[in-house]
Amino acid sequence: MKISNLFVLIFAVSIFLLNSPFAASQDKELLGAGATFPYVLYSKMFDAYYKETGVKVNYQSIGSGGGIRQLKEKTVDFGASDAFLSDAQLKEFDAQVLHIPIALGAVVITYNLPGNPELKLTPDVIADIFLGKIKKWNDPRITSLNPELKLPNMNITVVHRSDGSGTTFVFVDYLSKVSKEWETKVGRGTSVAWPVGLGGKGNEGVTGLVKQTPGSIGYVELIYAKQNKLPVALVKNKSGKFIKPDLSSITIAGAVNVPEDTRISITDTDAPDGYPISSYTWILVYKEQNYKNRSLERAKQLVKLLWWMIHDGQKYNEPLDYAKLPDNVVKLGEKIIKSITYNGKPVYKEVGIK
Amino acid sequence: MTKYELRIIKSKVISVILTFITIVSTFPFLLVLYFIMKNGISVINWEFLTSLPKPVGEPGGGILNAIIGTAILVTIALILSVPFGILAGIYLAERSETKIAFISRLVSEILQGVPSIVIGIIAYLWVVKPIGYFSALSGGVALGIIMLPLVIKSTEEILKLIPHELKEASLALGVPYYKTILKVMIPAGLSGILTGVLTGIARIAGETAPLLFTAFGNPFLSFNILKPISALPLLIFTYAISPYENWWAKAWGASCILVFFVLSLNIITRLISTRR
Amino acid sequence: MANQSTKKLELSKDSLFNLLLVVSAVLLVMLGVGFFLSLFQASLISLKEFGLSFFVKAEWDPVQERFGALPFIYGTLLTSFIALAISLPFSIAISIVLGEYFQKGFFAEVLRYLTELIAGVPSVVLGFWGLFFLVPIIRELEMKFDLPPYGVGIFTASLILAFMILPYSASIGKDAMRLVPNELKEAAYALGTTRWEMIKKIMLPYARSGIIAGIILSLGRALGETMAVTMVIGNYHGIPENIFSPGNTIASVIANEFTEATGEVYLSSLMYLGLTLFIVTTVVNIIGRFVLKKLQSQR
Repeated sequence: MKISNLFVLIFAVSIFLLNSPFAASQDKELLGAGATFPYVLYSKMFDAYYKETGVKVNYQSIGSGGGIRQLKEKTVDFGASDAFLSDAQLKEFDAQVLHIPIALGAVVITYNLPGNPELKLTPDVIADIFLGKIKKWNDPRITSLNPELKLPNMNITVVHRSDGSGTTFVFVDYLSKVSKEWETKVGRGTSVAWPVGLGGKGNEGVTGLVKQTPGSIGYVELIYAKQNKLPVALVKNKSGKFIKPDLSSITIAGAVNVPEDTRISITDTDAPDGYPISSYTWILVYKEQNYKNRSLERAKQLVKLLWWMIHDGQKYNEPLDYAKLPDNVVKLGEKIIKSITYNGKPVYKEVGIK
Repeated sequence: MTKYELRIIKSKVISVILTFITIVSTFPFLLVLYFIMKNGISVINWEFLTSLPKPVGEPGGGILNAIIGTAILVTIALILSVPFGILAGIYLAERSETKIAFISRLVSEILQGVPSIVIGIIAYLWVVKPIGYFSALSGGVALGIIMLPLVIKSTEEILKLIPHELKEASLALGVPYYKTILKVMIPAGLSGILTGVLTGIARIAGETAPLLFTAFGNPFLSFNILKPISALPLLIFTYAISPYENWWAKAWGASCILVFFVLSLNIITRLISTRR
Repeated sequence: MANQSTKKLELSKDSLFNLLLVVSAVLLVMLGVGFFLSLFQASLISLKEFGLSFFVKAEWDPVQERFGALPFIYGTLLTSFIALAISLPFSIAISIVLGEYFQKGFFAEVLRYLTELIAGVPSVVLGFWGLFFLVPIIRELEMKFDLPPYGVGIFTASLILAFMILPYSASIGKDAMRLVPNELKEAAYALGTTRWEMIKKIMLPYARSGIIAGIILSLGRALGETMAVTMVIGNYHGIPENIFSPGNTIASVIANEFTEATGEVYLSSLMYLGLTLFIVTTVVNIIGRFVLKKLQSQR
């Protein structure tokens, strides 16, 4: 081959790639990134949505911290997070951001012990394990809660997240509510300075590490423990009951008065039968969709998708152990989706939503 | 004399020990290969190669998106690095004593040693941020930068090996300089340049770190270079650290394909360069 | 006339070609300079905030926005040097065996392929293998010695790194050994030395700078290696207590946190880490190549 011809060929190919018809189908694709907490649900929803409508929703589970950051940098169409944005965080955005609730889930305490026993844990014990103060599985504080179990003389290996995570936020938000020491020493955030332990990337990574490390303990979304047949602990709630995380105890925890913007923490619930480490998970979008040369078509696709997720999409929640949104929250969600605009004009009218 | 014999025996024993250590040092490679074959080959079938991933936790599905993705990323990297690399290589060989040549040679050598994750950051700053989206293009740029020094170096070295007489004969015949280089020198050194390009492909096909924040991944098939795209190493990473056994199996299958591809490129490269 | 004009055309093509060559060389230089400037600019916020104390503080707290890189620098150096220590005896053995005992022939070729091909296995695949093969073995070991059974950690990462860098130091070492002039070897034999004595007294000292260059260049590799390390090091943000503890390297922190760092100081601190890694590996590589060049000019 003559080298000059090679250059011409390469040049032609690159021109072709840049202008190719492949580039045309732009708006049939949406990109989202964020939370791994609802990833199992979203990947199911988006697969179904693709089959129904032909719209590809590429969702990358990089962690809620990532979802927030990428939305801020406007590299994605929507972010996803199970940590709602604080007022201070909202101020860092240059435009108004909306929270659309999609599902309710639970952060469960899972562990790897011989025989997979069902542990009962109290908030202070959980906090002290993750602070590194309780180091052995047969520590009297754990055995006294579980007198019927024979716990081994094994080191406790704490597993936490290595990436910015909403699951972490929900968990440390809970710990901060129940333990003064945690609040002052570590605090709340999507990434925190862990006193002890191994880090895993995503809910997937933490589950993987717990599954493989004898004597480990970690926190993940319920579905990850279920799919991998890992045991989950019963946690003592405010009313003094030990609650198993499941659909009903999550739903009960979620049945509260939700504010207009749906930003609410439901950890450490007052409900006597509610699981205390439950949370809503949200999709985050900009209220005004005309930014950075986005087309109206894209905004329409996004609104359609969100509407579908809080209505038809909800049928995928329960089979995957995420609780459905309560009716009052669906109503709030509708209102929020309807407030999305393009050039100041509401988008929902243009896609046939009433 | 016995003392001398003792020294001979000592020398022999040491040579045996050293050879043994050398053989032992090949074990990790053989183990890796064995492990990948054992776990990977049974996974590979038609569905695996030609279908898209299923939702998390559901059985079945394949890795077509990643195979196509890697092919596209490598193509972009080639388009960006090969012409540029050959031109820079020609400059270094032809004007090897100039100041510019000295500096660019140094830069090329530095680039070769820059960790790929740092190149990923650069691609993020230079391509993702200005365009505003994660894209196949940004991944291709990162891979292209990784490949560039290899192309430059192989071009420069092979051109320096070609006898001067060839070039002088061509010039003496009145062939213009650019034609002499492009039609005489480059074809004469093609096998050397090819070696560099193939080594480069083998290197970038398995690169993961710079793709984490450039190509980003995509569960669907994508041919659009301005959209996120999947890649084999990226998929192996996500699947490997997941808790799902069927994802692990997929990751083994993908590893098997990737390793087979990369190793055969390596072996082909060696064959070309030894024949020369 | 026609001839004249084609000649002119050819001449202008010639100067165009020359221009193209110069431009590509200059572009290359700009690429390198751009690397540094971009990284520097991106890490400016963190640089202003923490300055050089970034390198001595052991705190990495995204909630309070206080960042110090000490644990990661420590983790990077620890894994790299343990890896070097593990691979060194092997690398010297391979250099001697392939540089002296078996220089040609089938056995030599096979050995060379086998010792070098592991460099071709993608890092992510090695990490995956490490996670499923090495980690359980290390975990068993740790249980025997009554250590916390992490499996992952500094030592596991160092072991994988050792495999990865071995081919680099071995192949440079081997080349250096082959450069030893035959006259020297024969002179030694003529004086009645055994083969081993000749290797020890003549070849190793002669090839010393090559072996050292190999070590330095493989150090450069080890410092920046990302994926395999990230997968097996355990991602712990503190300073590791012992070599079996989990830890983090500069590269693994960037890989884990780059896409999700919220807050400007956080992101900029990651860039600062990237800048550090860039400068350190560049310096190490330049030293390594300098030593190698000296060896080549010695010839």
